[in-house]
Amino acid sequence: MNAKIKDRIATGMFYLITFLILGILIGLIGFILYRGIKVIDWEFLTEAPGSLLTGGGGVGPQLFNSFYLLILTMLITIPLGLGGGIYMAEYAKPGRLTKMLRVSIEVLSSLPSIVVGLFGLLIFVQYTGWGFSLLAGALTLTVFNLPLMVRVVEQALTAVPREQKEASLALGITHWQTILRVLLPAALPGIVTGTILAAGRVFGEAAALMFTAGMTSPMLDFTDWDPSSPTSPLNPFRPASTLAVHIWKVNAESIVADAKEVASGASALLVIAVLIFNLFARWLGHFIHARLTSGSKS
Amino acid sequence: MSDKIKVESFNLFYGDNQALKDIGLNLEEKKVTALIGPSGCGKSTFLRSINRMNDMIPGVSTTGIIEIDGKNVYREEQDLVQLRKNVGMVFQQPNPFPLSIYDNITYGPRIHGITKREELDMIVERTLVQANLWDEVKDRLQSSALGLSGGQQQRLVIARVLAIQPDVILMDEPASALDPISTERLEDLITQLKNDYTIVIVTHNMQQAARVSDMTAFFLNGEIIEYSMTSQLFTSPKDSRTEDYISGRFG
Repeated sequence: MNAKIKDRIATGMFYLITFLILGILIGLIGFILYRGIKVIDWEFLTEAPGSLLTGGGGVGPQLFNSFYLLILTMLITIPLGLGGGIYMAEYAKPGRLTKMLRVSIEVLSSLPSIVVGLFGLLIFVQYTGWGFSLLAGALTLTVFNLPLMVRVVEQALTAVPREQKEASLALGITHWQTILRVLLPAALPGIVTGTILAAGRVFGEAAALMFTAGMTSPMLDFTDWDPSSPTSPLNPFRPASTLAVHIWKVNAESIVADAKEVASGASALLVIAVLIFNLFARWLGHFIHARLTSGSKS
Repeated sequence: MSDKIKVESFNLFYGDNQALKDIGLNLEEKKVTALIGPSGCGKSTFLRSINRMNDMIPGVSTTGIIEIDGKNVYREEQDLVQLRKNVGMVFQQPNPFPLSIYDNITYGPRIHGITKREELDMIVERTLVQANLWDEVKDRLQSSALGLSGGQQQRLVIARVLAIQPDVILMDEPASALDPISTERLEDLITQLKNDYTIVIVTHNMQQAARVSDMTAFFLNGEIIEYSMTSQLFTSPKDSRTEDYISGRFG
């Protein structure tokens, strides 16, 4: 066989594999949307689930919980992730300790989420005495979201050209000011994109939340915005089932009358949300990059 | 003329690897000193030792003295911020920040505490005029510095250095990424700047060293082989290795 024919076969194979992956992806998303989109209406988005036997209702509280939990998690993860990423990229000296740290971060990010969930149950639910709560869920999600964030920030920072950093340091600017004024702005598009992608993962997480944020939502009064009130949606110490957990729950409890419809609708909602996260991440990354490199306007 | 920079038995190590061996030379105030030599001879490493940019490379250690205005910059209480405000640096690749022309120049002064708009405006005009760039950019100070040509960027970077009012300017092969016309303008600028600043320039281009410098040091394998007046070093080198290098027999 001559090299030209081999080349053609190889090229053909790569096309085939690409289309195979693309086909699976489109088929999967298409199927979920096709099954789910007809279930989604205003009532489904806003109403609380009906009783187990009669079915009906929607996933309003679950939808709210998913977003609220995401925000709580990000509030904890982003500052910690920024700190950790800046440390790893700028301050950690090569050596044993840094190597160990890096391995630990990798291990942490590859732990099965159900194990992290059990750890959360032990520490954030039982040891703290909070019970199943949004805060316990957020902290548990932080455990495996944090390594991802650290890596996103570290990679974005180390991707900034060295010349930029040297230019600033050589002007007599301190290391910290250089990080703040030169490195972080230049790394921002990467950090934002990575953060939103990590958010997508948090949004779809179920296993780690079953034992931490819980599988039920109390009756919520969406007119009560006092975070200390037990029926307030904002109360971080109330249990909360998210969309992903809800999908699991209605299918696990076989008596739910309309389990199929609820699961289809909720799945479609999840997929749509994650798709929006991804597209938004790309757009925002480009937008910030364009803004930062075009100079200030006056 | 007095000596601005005095170097005495200066050694630099990358781990166990000695990159600079027993460097000793005095650099005169308001003169241009060129550092020449083949790649890897230590000339850039030496240049970066003067404003201690090598500090950030892990595993670098030094012995010996580099004095500026009679004070060892390697003494314990040396403030790096102060040192680098006093000793500006221009790099091989033009490295403006991805900001406007105006913000590039005011970046240093702002962080060093100048906030008044009129004062910043004055700094921008003064340094751009000094860097022979004012006429080309005065109408678009707020547009991105990345839109400038390579030669303009390099002059902008020099203006940015001038804005922090250094005494000494270090240049690490500043023209190596520029076309011949931009290089010529840069060399004119260097000649102008030496009226006010002490300049140390690393260059691969021997004609450039001959054109712009007053003194030249020839580096080889981490040592200074010869250091003398530029006119003398290029016309009647004392060391045969210098002669081999400047006549193009190696490097």
